[in-house]
Amino acid sequence: MNLKVLTMAECMAEGRQPEILFWVGSAGSYDDRAKKITKAFVKLLNAANIDFAVLGTEESCTGDAAKRAGNEFLFQMQAVTNIEVLNAYEVKKIVTACPHSFNTLKNEYPSLGGNYEVLHHTQYLQQLIQEGKLKITNNTFKGKRITFHDPCYLGRANEVYEAPRELLKELGVDLVEMKRHKRTALCCGAGGAQMFKEPEKGDKDVNVLRTEDALQTNPDIIATGCPYCNTMMTDGVKFKEKEADIQVLDVAELLANNQEL
Amino acid sequence: MNYLPNILFAIALVIGIGYFVRNVQKLIRNIKLGKDVDVSDNKSQRLRNMVNIALGQSKMARRPIAGFLHIIVYVGFVIINIEVLEIIIDGLFGTHRIFSGIGSLYGVLIGSFEILAVLVLVSVIVFWLRRNIIKLKRFWNSEMTSWPKNDANYILYFEMVLMSLFLIMNATDTSFQAMDSGNIISQYIAPWFSGFSENSLHLVERTAWWIHILGILVFLNYLYFSKHLHILLAFPNTYYASTKPKGQLDNLESVTKEVMLMMDPNADPFAAPEDTETDDVPEKFGARDVTDLNWTQLLSAYTCTECGRCTSSCPANLTGKKLSPRKIMMDTRDRLEEVGKNIDANKGEFKDDGKQLLGDYITKEELWACTTCNACVEECPISISPLSIIMDMRRYLVMEESAAPVELNNMMTNIENNGAPWPYNQMDRLNWKDE
Ligand code: SF4
Ligand code: SF4
Repeated sequence: MNLKVLTMAECMAEGRQPEILFWVGSAGSYDDRAKKITKAFVKLLNAANIDFAVLGTEESCTGDAAKRAGNEFLFQMQAVTNIEVLNAYEVKKIVTACPHSFNTLKNEYPSLGGNYEVLHHTQYLQQLIQEGKLKITNNTFKGKRITFHDPCYLGRANEVYEAPRELLKELGVDLVEMKRHKRTALCCGAGGAQMFKEPEKGDKDVNVLRTEDALQTNPDIIATGCPYCNTMMTDGVKFKEKEADIQVLDVAELLANNQEL
Repeated sequence: MNYLPNILFAIALVIGIGYFVRNVQKLIRNIKLGKDVDVSDNKSQRLRNMVNIALGQSKMARRPIAGFLHIIVYVGFVIINIEVLEIIIDGLFGTHRIFSGIGSLYGVLIGSFEILAVLVLVSVIVFWLRRNIIKLKRFWNSEMTSWPKNDANYILYFEMVLMSLFLIMNATDTSFQAMDSGNIISQYIAPWFSGFSENSLHLVERTAWWIHILGILVFLNYLYFSKHLHILLAFPNTYYASTKPKGQLDNLESVTKEVMLMMDPNADPFAAPEDTETDDVPEKFGARDVTDLNWTQLLSAYTCTECGRCTSSCPANLTGKKLSPRKIMMDTRDRLEEVGKNIDANKGEFKDDGKQLLGDYITKEELWACTTCNACVEECPISISPLSIIMDMRRYLVMEESAAPVELNNMMTNIENNGAPWPYNQMDRLNWKDE
């Protein structure tokens, strides 16, 4: 199936404003694993006939990792540049599959002049299902044991706990919670720019401990809602040599796979 | 001579309260060493947070056992203060149980105090067992050495003694026992003293009374030196805590000014900044020492109860890394105290002591281990954010000292050059579409 993706520039050339902007994010654009999540989400948007666009080459890193590494300068440079582009296109509503972009766009851009309605893709997908634009027709995952790993920047940071879970319930899965979940969820180990460096010395890596949390639920699938969490959990499952039995999939991928998109 | 006890009592009261007031003044001065921050927003939300979290103890119940025991001790502490009021009036005016004039209500009041006293006694003993016999892990982390550990135990002993004294005081008060109202517990203790003469009974009663009130005055003054300052500071701390989503870090305004200047195509990059004369000390980015933190962060450092809930949920700490958010708060307080003493010793001015919070107290290794996951902030029962201090110190490391780990420097260079944390060309951003 061919993806239908327009850029904001193309929409502008057609003289119209798309309903939403899909903020792809750096991981979603370049990371091989995360690109699959990006594509899964686009397939769902296409299936629901959503009028959306991306910035494409005009998108730049939100600056989240730079800010959390302590480089406020670089972050604000990135933010101001992105805000200029977004405001030039008069963007109103942004959807993103990356909780880090979500948090930054939603909470940190406003005081720099960027005011948008920002949604995480799980929130948006839930809306689409409620409005009947997206329909669950198959039951590929019915009865499968699935545990959801809350991304810190979606969960604790912004208190979005239900949207991803509601989507999983729509799929009829057997949702099993880890001991630490929702507000007590353990970080995957990637946040705060940790993704880009070696961890400090310790007994084990955070993603391994978090994978152990997940394995205790004896799942068929570990569901995630963040490209970085996805990488960390995938690595954890490999470390535990469980990759033959357990898949790590983004909620958007689960939905797209269910619909055989 | 009849007035001697009253005079002694008044002196004790003045000394006790006077010393307390002096320490409170010092506390306020130290907190004000922090940078100013605007906390005038969201007044009603702040009030609600204070009522729910400090007064209502809403976050304590998340750990049911500790929460339940803590609420008993807390309620006991608050209510028994009514009894203290009576003691003070009696002490000053030589009266005896002045409130007993209110009749049967008095019995109800004292009766409930007695029950509370027993409950508090039991709770405190359980607390002591959890710390010292069961050895709950979070009370035995590396930062919980001598003073922090003793401090916690001292207060438990203190409470045990105070509560016992209160009961003994009631049990040996013959006129109170004769009233036979409100002596719900003490009537069972009174028989222990049945062999005593009238005189020695009175002596025991007076001694218990005196040690009880002196103990309370000592306790009041012990607070300043102890983590038990949270009894008082939990209120302002929950009021002034951030009301923003946890994920939202502040955008440094000083940086915004410079960024706007750099991005403005009309600005002359070589022009000298206009206000060089007005503020000749260039603003520091981030925090190196306690005076670079803002005053709400310093208030938090004094408020921290060292309960370790933050540390026991920190992913870095759970996987054996050096970082402990509790230690971040304890270090901040220790350094602030040191700075305060330095100021006292140097007639109100700080003399450079060659030390700072960053490096001498908190190491880079600790700072870089944080994943900014907010688990510590979520856990803290009194709305402290160790994360905000960690972030301010990272900012100093990166923006003032360019001292980020090499990999992070690479990541930042990539963002600067390619608009992504990886070394890919920005022109390839949409390649996924056709892959
Ligand atoms: S935010 Fe940092 S210090 Fe706090 S729990 Fe998470 S990793 Fe630990
Ligand atoms: S910061 Fe909060 S959670 Fe951590 S030790 Fe202090 S009071 Fe406890």
